[in-house]
Amino acid sequence: MTGQGELAEHEWVDDHAGPVVRPYAVTGGRARPVTGTFDLISLVTATRAEVGSESGLGPEHVAIVGLCQRIQSVAEIAAHLDLPVGTVRVLLGDLAARSLVQVREPRATPAGLPDDSVFEAVINGLRAL
Amino acid sequence: MDYGRSERPAGAAPLPTAIKILIAGGFGVGKTTLVGAVSETRPLRTEEVLTETGVGIDDLSGVEEKTTTTVAMDFGRITLSDDLVLYLFGTPGQDRFWFVWDELALGAIGAVVLADTRRLADCFPSIDYFEGRGTPFVVAVNCFEGAKQYRLDEVQGALDLDPDVPVVLCDARERESVKEVLITLLEYAMKLREERRRAAAD
Repeated sequence: MTGQGELAEHEWVDDHAGPVVRPYAVTGGRARPVTGTFDLISLVTATRAEVGSESGLGPEHVAIVGLCQRIQSVAEIAAHLDLPVGTVRVLLGDLAARSLVQVREPRATPAGLPDDSVFEAVINGLRAL
Repeated sequence: MDYGRSERPAGAAPLPTAIKILIAGGFGVGKTTLVGAVSETRPLRTEEVLTETGVGIDDLSGVEEKTTTTVAMDFGRITLSDDLVLYLFGTPGQDRFWFVWDELALGAIGAVVLADTRRLADCFPSIDYFEGRGTPFVVAVNCFEGAKQYRLDEVQGALDLDPDVPVVLCDARERESVKEVLITLLEYAMKLREERRRAAAD
């Protein structure tokens, strides 16, 4: 991670030194989720108030379920847990496969864009802010 | 960290629709400031970690270790109603991360290209990108104190824009100003959709 560790092994490092655990370690070396694609703005909500020590779930999985008691986008989960988006996608795939989270992909037409009513709703919503 | 609980039982109601708008422009032009002016939370930062296979353009032959690069994106959230959430994503500044832009631009309803008249050329790559993709965009000239004021048609000419592309003045620190920019973008994007639909029907 940084050369600092080698120079002064016994020194504590703060947040600026970066994560102590490599992102791949969190996912057990997996780069792709077992299920789902998870756009940055896919919205995620937990289906349970909490999860116990189910087999195969790590502290990051539990943290995501805790965070998603309120609706969060994939990008927000990554930002709050200070994990790369790719890592969060893998963890979300694990949770989705166990039905511990519900995921809503962004609404889109076949052309990949929201329909007209969404545009009008956004304009009205912004005016009302 | 705050794991706030909602009164709403998890999974009880349908999840809202999320949409995104991209905020592009050169380094230091005020993208994160603009996001922060309208976001309901302070701008958050999300990171993509890329390995050598992802970066692609780098010649890594002979390099034994895996090289990772981190691309950071700042973003904000505006809850417009119970069933509509708008996200604003600042695009990463470096041109070599176009594939991150591709992911961001997918499904985006439009983009704001923030321009600084002192460094107008900095927004050329963004404009080229959105023109090439057909993503609706507006150019918002951030009014920095001390910068010479140009007329909007001068900016339009200097950027060699399609005359239909809106060019507006803004103050990226001011919520009302940023709201106006976003509304201009949405109205333009709707008009563009209508025109494209009509052209396809002819």
